[in-house]
Amino acid sequence: MIKFIIRRLIISLPQVILLSILVFFIGSLMPGDALSGLIDPTIPVEQIERLREQMGLNDPWYIQYKDWVVAMLQGDFGHSFFKQQPVLDVIGDRMLNTVWLGLFSTVLIYLIGLPLGLISGRWNDSLLDSAITGYTYLGFATPTFIFGLVMLLVFGYTLGWLPTGGSVGVGVTPGTLEYVISKFQHLVLPSFSIALIGLVGTVQYLRSGIIETKQKDFVTLARAKGVSEGKVYTKHIFRNSILPIAAFFGYEITSLLGGSLFIETIYGYPGMGRLFLESISIRDFSVANVLILVFGMLSILGALLSDIILSIVDPRIRIK
Amino acid sequence: MEENLLSVRNLTTSFKIDGEYYPAVDDVSLDIKPNEVVALVGESGSGKSATAFSLMKLHRAARIEGEVLFNGKDLMKIKENKMNTIRGGELSMIFQDPMTALNPLMKIKYQIMETLKIHKTKRKEDREEYAIELLRRVGIPRAERVGESFPHELSGGMRQRVVIAIAIANRPKLLIADEPTTALDVTIQAQILDLIRELQDDLNSGVLLITHDLGVVAEMADRVAVMYAGQIVEIAPARELFKDPKHPYTRSLLNSLPSDDVQGSKLHVIEGVVPPLNKMERDSCRFAPRIPWIDDDEHEHNPQLREISPNHYVRCTCYKNFYLKSDRETSIEVEAAQMEEIDEVTE
Amino acid sequence: MSNLLEIKDLKVYYPIRGGFFNTVKDYVKAVDGVSLTIPDGTTYGLVGESGSGKTTTGKAVIGLNHITEGEILFKGKAISGSGKSVENSKEIQMIFQDPYSSLNVRKRVFDIVSEPIRNYHKRTKDELIAEVLGLLQKVGLPPGSLYKYPHEFSGGQRQRIGVARAIALNPELIIADEPVSALDVSVQAQVLNFMQDIQEEMNLTMLFIAHDLGVVRHMCQHIGIMYQGRLVEEGTTEEIFNNPQHLYTKRLIAAIPDTDVDKIEENLEVRQTIKEEYEEHFHEYLDEEGKALPLVNISPTHKVALPAKG
Repeated sequence: MIKFIIRRLIISLPQVILLSILVFFIGSLMPGDALSGLIDPTIPVEQIERLREQMGLNDPWYIQYKDWVVAMLQGDFGHSFFKQQPVLDVIGDRMLNTVWLGLFSTVLIYLIGLPLGLISGRWNDSLLDSAITGYTYLGFATPTFIFGLVMLLVFGYTLGWLPTGGSVGVGVTPGTLEYVISKFQHLVLPSFSIALIGLVGTVQYLRSGIIETKQKDFVTLARAKGVSEGKVYTKHIFRNSILPIAAFFGYEITSLLGGSLFIETIYGYPGMGRLFLESISIRDFSVANVLILVFGMLSILGALLSDIILSIVDPRIRIK
Repeated sequence: MEENLLSVRNLTTSFKIDGEYYPAVDDVSLDIKPNEVVALVGESGSGKSATAFSLMKLHRAARIEGEVLFNGKDLMKIKENKMNTIRGGELSMIFQDPMTALNPLMKIKYQIMETLKIHKTKRKEDREEYAIELLRRVGIPRAERVGESFPHELSGGMRQRVVIAIAIANRPKLLIADEPTTALDVTIQAQILDLIRELQDDLNSGVLLITHDLGVVAEMADRVAVMYAGQIVEIAPARELFKDPKHPYTRSLLNSLPSDDVQGSKLHVIEGVVPPLNKMERDSCRFAPRIPWIDDDEHEHNPQLREISPNHYVRCTCYKNFYLKSDRETSIEVEAAQMEEIDEVTE
Repeated sequence: MSNLLEIKDLKVYYPIRGGFFNTVKDYVKAVDGVSLTIPDGTTYGLVGESGSGKTTTGKAVIGLNHITEGEILFKGKAISGSGKSVENSKEIQMIFQDPYSSLNVRKRVFDIVSEPIRNYHKRTKDELIAEVLGLLQKVGLPPGSLYKYPHEFSGGQRQRIGVARAIALNPELIIADEPVSALDVSVQAQVLNFMQDIQEEMNLTMLFIAHDLGVVRHMCQHIGIMYQGRLVEEGTTEEIFNNPQHLYTKRLIAAIPDTDVDKIEENLEVRQTIKEEYEEHFHEYLDEEGKALPLVNISPTHKVALPAKG
C-alpha cells in the first residue's frame, strides 16, 4: 500500500517538472519581465542593461529556470507589478477562500449527488428516476455561470435571503461567532451554484454504475444468501458502483477550479479564480503565472488523490 | 414413501417481450426427496436455469405462477423478508461462474460470515472461526490465508470451492447447483463433483443439479428431467434414461455427443434451432419442427407428460415411432430450408 | 506426405515485473520448449487445462504472440525467428472460442467476412459481394445473412460466420482455439461436422486447441497433451486413448464423465486410483522446476515425458 503510494508519487514528479517548465515558458512569453514594473522610465538604457545583467535576466533559459525554481522553493514566488507586493501575499488569503469554497462545493456534490444517483440507479426507469435524469440533462446543458447568475438574482436580490458579494460581512471581527456565520452565509450561494451543476456527472456515473452492478452475478449470489434488498445495495452494489466516481474524484477538483473562475467573479467572491481573471485583465502576469502553476499543481494532486482513493477502495489495484 | 422435500406444481415463469409475457418455464412439475439428486438437463434457452432462479425467487422482472412446496411451506406465497430467511439457509444455490459470483471488493471470510450472520447460524464471536472451518471443509488448503484474501487472488477452482462453502454454510436441506462445473477444467470438475457428492451425503440434503453436460448427469443423478423449450419432455431414473431414452429430444441429444467409437465419423445433428419465446407454437409438440421426417399424426395436440413405465414419464406420443435420421445429405437440405424460414421470420 | 507446420522448441515467456522500479524479476514460461509437427491435411489436437500454454502456442503460430525462442516452419520455411512474431500470413487463419465476443457486433456479416479479403486484395464491391456469398454458402448460411448483424444469429451460426471469415483467403492452416466449448452439445455437433466437411473440401490442416478430450478424440489424428508449458505426451489418437503412459494424461482421461451408466462405478474407481497415484507419484514426472521431463519416443509416433526407470 505504502509502496504503491510512493511509486505513484514518483510518477507525479515528472508531471510537476513538466508543468513548471511549461509555466516558466508561458511566463517568459508574456510581455515584460521582472524589471518592467519597477523601473522609472527616465533611467538610462545602459543602467537598465546593467540591472538586467545583475538580476540574471540575460542568462540562458535553463539557468533562469533553475533560479526561478530555487526561489520558489525558498518561498519567493515573485513580485506583483501591479500591487507592488510579493505574489505570495496577494494569493494567500484568496487561496484560503477558494479552498473553503471548493471544500463546501465538493461536500455538497457528494452529499446531494450520491443519494440522487443511488435512488436513480436502484429504481431505474421509475418516475423518480426520470425526474432525476431529466435534471441531470438540464444540468449538463446549463453553463455554471448562467445558473450562478439566476441563483444570485433569485436568492440574493429578489428574495434577499443571502449576501450577494464578498466572502464575509463588512465590519465583523475575525474570531467571533458572528464572523464564522457570516463567512458561512457568503459561501452558501456560490457553493450551491457550483454543486447543483457540478453534481450531474456524479449522479450519472453512480446511476449507470449501479444499473451495471446490480446485474452482476455476485449480487445475485448475495440475494441467494438471503441478504435483504436494502443491504444488497448498501453492502454489495454501492461500493462496487462508486469505483468510477472515486476514479473521477481528482478531475472533479479540476473542474471545480474551472467553475470557481466564473462563480467567484459573479459573486464577487475574493478567491483565486477571480484573482486570476483580475490579474489577466490588468496584465499582472506574475500573479497570473503563479496561479496557473497552483491550478496545475492542484490538478496533479487531484489525479494523485484519485489513484490513492481507488487503491483503497479496490483491492485489485493494490496488487504489486 | 418418503416425504417430498421439494414439490413443484405447475411452475410457470414468464418474461416480458415487447410488452407481453411469454413463459420461459412452462407448467413444470417436479419432486425432490431428501438425499436425492435430481438433474435438470437441457440446452441454453430450455428454461432450466430459469426454473432454478424461480425456485429461489431470484427473478426480478418475471411473472411466476404455480406452487413450490418446500419443507411444508409454499414459497410462492410467503413474503420477501420471510423468503430471505430461507434463501441461503435451508435452500441454497451454487452458481455457474465462480469468476463473477464473488464480490470483488470483499474479503473471502466476510462473504461467508455474512450468510452465517443472516441465518443466525453462529454467534458473532464464533463466525470467523466457523467460516475458516468451512473453507477447510471444502478442501481449501491454508484456509486462514484464503479467508483473508480477495476473490481475484484465487484460481477458478478455489473460487468455486468458496461459492460452495457459502452454499453449505447453513446446512441446507436443498442445494440447487446451477452448472456448477461448466466453467472449470475436467480434473477440477471431478474434484468439485466429488465434493458436492460428499457434502450432500454428509448433510443428507437434496440436490437439484442443473447442467447441459450429460456425462456429469450420468455420474451424479438419481433421477433426470430433460427440458426442452420450457417444458419437461422426459423424466426418469438416471439409469433408465441413459439406457432407454424415449423422447426424440433425449435420444437426439445423447446421439450428438462425440463418442469413443469411430473417429472422423459424422455426429448426429439436431436440425434447426430452439424457437424464440415469443415465436413458439405452444399447443403442439415443441420438438416437432426439429424432426420434420416424423409424420404429423405421430404428435398429439397439447402434448401431455405420461407415465409410460414406473417413474418414467414422456411428453407427446411422437416417441413411439421415432427413429433417428442419420442420412446427412437430406438433413442438410432440411437445415438449409429451415434457416431460410428463420430468415423470413426475422425479416 | 509432408509436414505443413513444424514447431521447433517454441518458447514464449512473459516478464513478471515487480519491486520498486518495476523491473523484470522473473518470467512466466507460458510455453517452454514445445515441438510438434502437423502433416498436410490432418488435424492435430493440442489438449491441456487452463494455463497449460495451449492457446499461447496457437497464438504464437498465427503471430499474435511474441516468440521468445524457437522456430516455426510453415511449408518447410521459417516464418519466424527468436524474439519476433510470426508475420501475418493469409495462409494461416484462426477460429476463436467465443463466437459472441470475437465478432465485431457493430459490423454486418458482409463487413466481417470480407475484411480479410479487403486487406489483401483489391476488389470491387460487386466482386466482394459475390465472394462473400460464396463463402456463406460454403459454411451453410443463407444469402439473406449478408447484411445482418451478429446478434441476429444463434451461437452455432455465429461460429459459422467466424469460420467463413477464417477461410475467406483460402488458408492452408486453420488454428481453431476451443471452437465449440461455448456451444451447446447439439450445436457443437453441427459445428464439428461442418468443420470436417470444410476441411475435406479445402484440404485444410488444423491445429485444434481444446480442453474437451471427447471432442479432440473425434476430430484429431494426432494429439499432444500440454502441462505447464510443455508437452507431456504426444501420439496418434489411438495411442493416447488406448495406451496413455504419462500420469497426467491418464488423469485427464479418467476425469471425463462418461454417459455409459454401466461403467460409472468402474470409472469412479479408476479415477480415484489414478488420483491417489497422481498425488503420490506425480513429482517423479517433473524436474526440479516442476516442469515436464524431456519427451522420449516409445514408438515411432508415441512420445512420453517419462521419468528414467531407476
